[in-house]
Amino acid sequence: MTEPATNEMRDAIASAISDNPVILFMKGSPEAPACGFSARTISVLRQLDTPFAAVDVLPDPRIRQELTQISGWPTIPQLFVDGELVGGADIVAEMYESGELASLLGVDPAAGAVPEPTPGGSAPLSIENRLN
Amino acid sequence: MSVTPEELRQRIEAAIPHAVAEVTGDGHHFRAEVTSPVFAGLGRIAQHQLVYAVFGDEIGDRIHALSIKTTTPTTEALR
Repeated sequence: MTEPATNEMRDAIASAISDNPVILFMKGSPEAPACGFSARTISVLRQLDTPFAAVDVLPDPRIRQELTQISGWPTIPQLFVDGELVGGADIVAEMYESGELASLLGVDPAAGAVPEPTPGGSAPLSIENRLN
Repeated sequence: MSVTPEELRQRIEAAIPHAVAEVTGDGHHFRAEVTSPVFAGLGRIAQHQLVYAVFGDEIGDRIHALSIKTTTPTTEALR
């Protein structure tokens, strides 16, 4: 039943997760999130001033389908750190407030006091483009 | 076909042992606070996956978004 293209998509997602220490699958781009939950998660990552890769799931519905197959998580956004699913918007917010996220990312929790733009963190990965 | 917070609450409490749930929402976006002893010893991801599992493919479809907060009776009592 599974088409070869679907496996390529899954492989591309799995590689993106393993190749990027911090990667967020979201709706829209970091500059223009297309969903409030994605926007909240982006703002947390920016508060912590941590570099991250971002993948927009909207251009191709298979990205979300395959991602959910890999992660066992039904909703977007999904944050992965060192190849492990950390969670969606709620868990990320909860871990930010408790300081757990800062220690997981190895950043200073006080970075939140001086939010700065992170130009290095906003290069979007386009999984759908890799398959063309 | 519309979804009510009450429906979600009943389904969570029926599916997760000894769960007590509070659900709010507007018919599309919902927030569920769920307390159950079965969450003890599980990581947050696993706890939330148990709640998502109640609804399967309905998440993202019939239920547009479900925001979850999970606690065990113990952590609740410590607050």
